[in-house]
Amino acid sequence: MSLPEPFRLLAYLLGIMAFVGLNAAYLVWVERKGAGRFQRRPGPTEVGYAGLLQPIADAVKLLTKQVIVPPGADATLFRLAPVVVLAPALMCLAIIPFGPHLVAREINVGLLLLFAFGSINVMAIMIGGWASRNKYAIISAARVVSQDVAYEIPMLLVVITMLMVTGTMDLNQIVRQQAGAFWNWNLFKLAANPLMPVTFVIFYICMLAETNRAPFDMAEAESELVAGAFTEYAGMGFGVFFMAEYANIVVGCAVATVLFLGGWQSPIGILPGAFWFLLKLYALVFSVVWVRWTFPRTQFYGLLNLSWKILIPIALFTLILSSVMLKLF
Amino acid sequence: MTGFPGSEAIVAGIFLVAVATTVAGALIAALTTRIIRSVCGLALCCVGLAGLYYFLHSPFLALMEILIYVGAVCVTIVFAIMLAEPEESAAQEKRGTVWLGSAVGLVLGGAIFWGLARLGLAGPWSVPATRVTDGSVPALGVALLTTYSMAFELISLVLLVAILGALVIARTGRTQP
Repeated sequence: MSLPEPFRLLAYLLGIMAFVGLNAAYLVWVERKGAGRFQRRPGPTEVGYAGLLQPIADAVKLLTKQVIVPPGADATLFRLAPVVVLAPALMCLAIIPFGPHLVAREINVGLLLLFAFGSINVMAIMIGGWASRNKYAIISAARVVSQDVAYEIPMLLVVITMLMVTGTMDLNQIVRQQAGAFWNWNLFKLAANPLMPVTFVIFYICMLAETNRAPFDMAEAESELVAGAFTEYAGMGFGVFFMAEYANIVVGCAVATVLFLGGWQSPIGILPGAFWFLLKLYALVFSVVWVRWTFPRTQFYGLLNLSWKILIPIALFTLILSSVMLKLF
Repeated sequence: MTGFPGSEAIVAGIFLVAVATTVAGALIAALTTRIIRSVCGLALCCVGLAGLYYFLHSPFLALMEILIYVGAVCVTIVFAIMLAEPEESAAQEKRGTVWLGSAVGLVLGGAIFWGLARLGLAGPWSVPATRVTDGSVPALGVALLTTYSMAFELISLVLLVAILGALVIARTGRTQP
């Protein structure tokens, strides 16, 4: 890289912001197309070829709408919440290694940074829900907290397991350790921990819950809570929450790709790393959409029981098992 | 930071932003009347503190500050507020007591500030010749499990007792109607 460091960071910042915007727009398209196909209907078709311009039209529509602050709401916090929900996701994307050298900032505690900034998301949705001064929004905010706190624990246990196996928090270093064919990926490192695929499944479930995606979309249960914490948001305020949701999905899938699926490592040794990274990333993102339109929303008790009674014990067991394996072999 | 024009100024500016964030967060937390804004001020203050830790060459501590204080402590406080009454009633205190309290607080705060400032300015600063550790995760882990293992174990014991206490309180609270 010949650019001076500040210019390089600025370029990456612009790139990441463009990526988040376009990504959100076109994931909405994927979501709607996917929903349509899973329900045996065509999905959006009118605007452009196969509805490809639909997201642009939606974005313009959202941008032209008035942002209404309801009377009685806490106006400052109400306006602040969408910003606070989007900013940490942007921050997390800055350290995701999209390729061997395609990373805005390599930091040796990258994994920790992801979870530190990921935890702000809860706070932001809660501020938004509270500031709306709306019953549905407050119920939704309370649900978000108990859900995210419950699923943070198995997720961090899984991450500790992965930390012990890899021995580093540097994301690029973790990817470099998984060089070679696909059986070198952490997902298939059965020698380090025979339950590695189980660990991956736990991580995936927790990622769905942390990003408030169906079947765990308690924050935005349309049929019972109108639109949950986002009920009072109009126009681009709502749009920013959506962008943040999709950005968080991408961050979550990127972490899964880095930790388990070998990041930018190519399984067959052709094509540049960024291609493979995006392929794995979007395969995971597609599976998230798939899950949403396949499984119905769980009940809230079922959700908490799943975390506290099933996921946390299994995650603890894999943690102990992998530490025993590390000690013995 | 090699030779980029104005890099010193940029770094100083970011440092000032971190300091300003900390101070602004603390002021919001102390001065606002709505309790939810106080928590937001606290969170902002913690983010600013994390920036200051980063300037002190300990990124691990900075991220832990955000993870624990913003992501856990502030969330817990907000959750507690949500369980309470949504409409906090305006405090009906006599103006006399408020003024008296403010005066005492001001005097005490001023005294503490003066004492600390005097200590900081007049006291001898022993400058370490070299940095003791690099503040990285392995160094912290080794320190926790060798030099400070006693404190580490004691803290985990205290946490365990706290969890058990919370369970006991929750259990008795549930059986009594």
